Amino acid sequence: MITAVELGLIYAIMALGVYLTFRILDFPDLTVDGSFTTGAAVASVGIVNGMNPWLATVLAFFAGMVAGTITGLLHTKGKIDGLLAGILTMIALYSINLRIMGKANTPLLGEETLISPMRASGILGSWASVAILFAVCLAFVAAIVWFLHTELGMAMRATGDNQEMIRSFGVSTDNQKILGLALSNGLVALSGAVIAQYQGFADIGMGIGLILIGLASVIVGQAIFTQRYIWLAAIAVVFGAVIYRLVIQLALSAGLQVNDMKLISAVLVVVALLLPKWKGFQKIIKTFTKRPQPVTESKEGVRTNA
Amino acid sequence: MLEIKNLSRTFFPGTVNERKALRNINLNLSDGEFVTVIGSNGAGKSTVLNMVAGKLQPDVGTVSVAGKNVTKLADYQRAKYIGRVFQDPMAGTAPTMTIEENMALAYARGRFRGLGLGVGSKRRELFAQELASLELGLENRLKTKVGLLSGGQRQALSLLMATFSKPKILLLDEHTAALDPQRAALVSRLTKEIVERHQLTTLMVTHNMEQALALGTRLIMMHDGQIILDLNQEEKSKMTVKDLLDEFGKIKGAQLDDKTMLQ
Repeated sequence: MITAVELGLIYAIMALGVYLTFRILDFPDLTVDGSFTTGAAVASVGIVNGMNPWLATVLAFFAGMVAGTITGLLHTKGKIDGLLAGILTMIALYSINLRIMGKANTPLLGEETLISPMRASGILGSWASVAILFAVCLAFVAAIVWFLHTELGMAMRATGDNQEMIRSFGVSTDNQKILGLALSNGLVALSGAVIAQYQGFADIGMGIGLILIGLASVIVGQAIFTQRYIWLAAIAVVFGAVIYRLVIQLALSAGLQVNDMKLISAVLVVVALLLPKWKGFQKIIKTFTKRPQPVTESKEGVRTNA
Repeated sequence: MLEIKNLSRTFFPGTVNERKALRNINLNLSDGEFVTVIGSNGAGKSTVLNMVAGKLQPDVGTVSVAGKNVTKLADYQRAKYIGRVFQDPMAGTAPTMTIEENMALAYARGRFRGLGLGVGSKRRELFAQELASLELGLENRLKTKVGLLSGGQRQALSLLMATFSKPKILLLDEHTAALDPQRAALVSRLTKEIVERHQLTTLMVTHNMEQALALGTRLIMMHDGQIILDLNQEEKSKMTVKDLLDEFGKIKGAQLDDKTMLQ
């Protein structure tokens, strides 16, 4: 149970990256399947070769940024459809990841990693490590929320909201998309690097189907929390990632096998997408929450629904 | 301020659908001039506007703003000099962002966007002050998402956003056409006030003859990719809607804009 929460919190960094592209930029980016493994591979190879684990993890972040930039360039300068651009980079990364590792699996047994001090002091698998990881997640949430309120970050949000409009105010939507994809994949690769250190190895297949985990986290989180504020939406993504892991844990303890996980992920996303559309579910939601009414246009009764 | 030279554009050249949208258009707007453009269906009004904005490229000809040739610049590169309000009230604002955030997006027009906060307390004050000039009470709702506003409110906000950073050129593309008569009148009045206050050089496309006569300092009528009538302020002030319709009548086979017929 605690292991599931720990994993969820590490995957939450990846989910925050998916949130940036999927929700903020409104761009379905499939690069993440490849860039997650790229992050894991870069960090693991670095650590095995004696690199400081912090440095190796930062390096993984930059490797992810490069992957995202390539998808961004394919889409904006090459005018390739966003989904296809992501798939192209993802497939290409499979070979590159093998090149980086030289083989399909890089074990980190006995190496000093970001996680090994926690394991040595025995707090891994306790609520203390959950608290540490949660604090790290909150720091990332804070950084992302701050960024999205800067002039640059607001231009990125506007790019996902109304391209025509933000171009008319002098913003290159191409550059915004490239930057967003780079940041997103940087976070995904960082998450991959930490996961590799947590589980003690990097594996060529560890990113397969990852986009579903990201989407499930974003969608599940937002089905539970409102999206009214950015900071709430970002925290919702973190909780979504943890809830996803707990659901997987439940499924496993109910007798399903690890090999069934991809199916469960897909079903979970489908349920999270379809459930809000079901009328009965809407009725249940309505009885619990009051939705803000659209404000009518009148000088009297001006309301600030802040 | 705005100089359009020998602008021509043919759509679908060499096909059965070939259409000459613009035929050698020349137009000069001096500083502070407010030109209203009317014309028949497919006359090329919007094409001219889109070429000034950078959405469309001409086959030949140049567009210059304040003496600078901008013909080759992309729309977002020209946006430094050019403010736009679109016909669709939904098009000029970011719906999931708040009123103050939308104002901040507009405030940064033509400037570098860095990692400074978009909305600080000082800016918030400035935005509130600007919004108060609309007299819609929006200054009290800075943290309301723009998607919750009505079409009229959104269009008024778009107009303010397009103008308050004082662009060299203001482009209005039938910006009251999608509003009900009451809201259209409001946005029309705001347009007049704002353009006069900032002395903006303005090009406004409209299908509404009354509006074309009531607003602006110059009127242009287009047909079949050409300018067929150009009235200065004095000539324009003597015109009535009927006079304009008579002018249209002189053109053989000219089809008035469907929307114009419904006025």
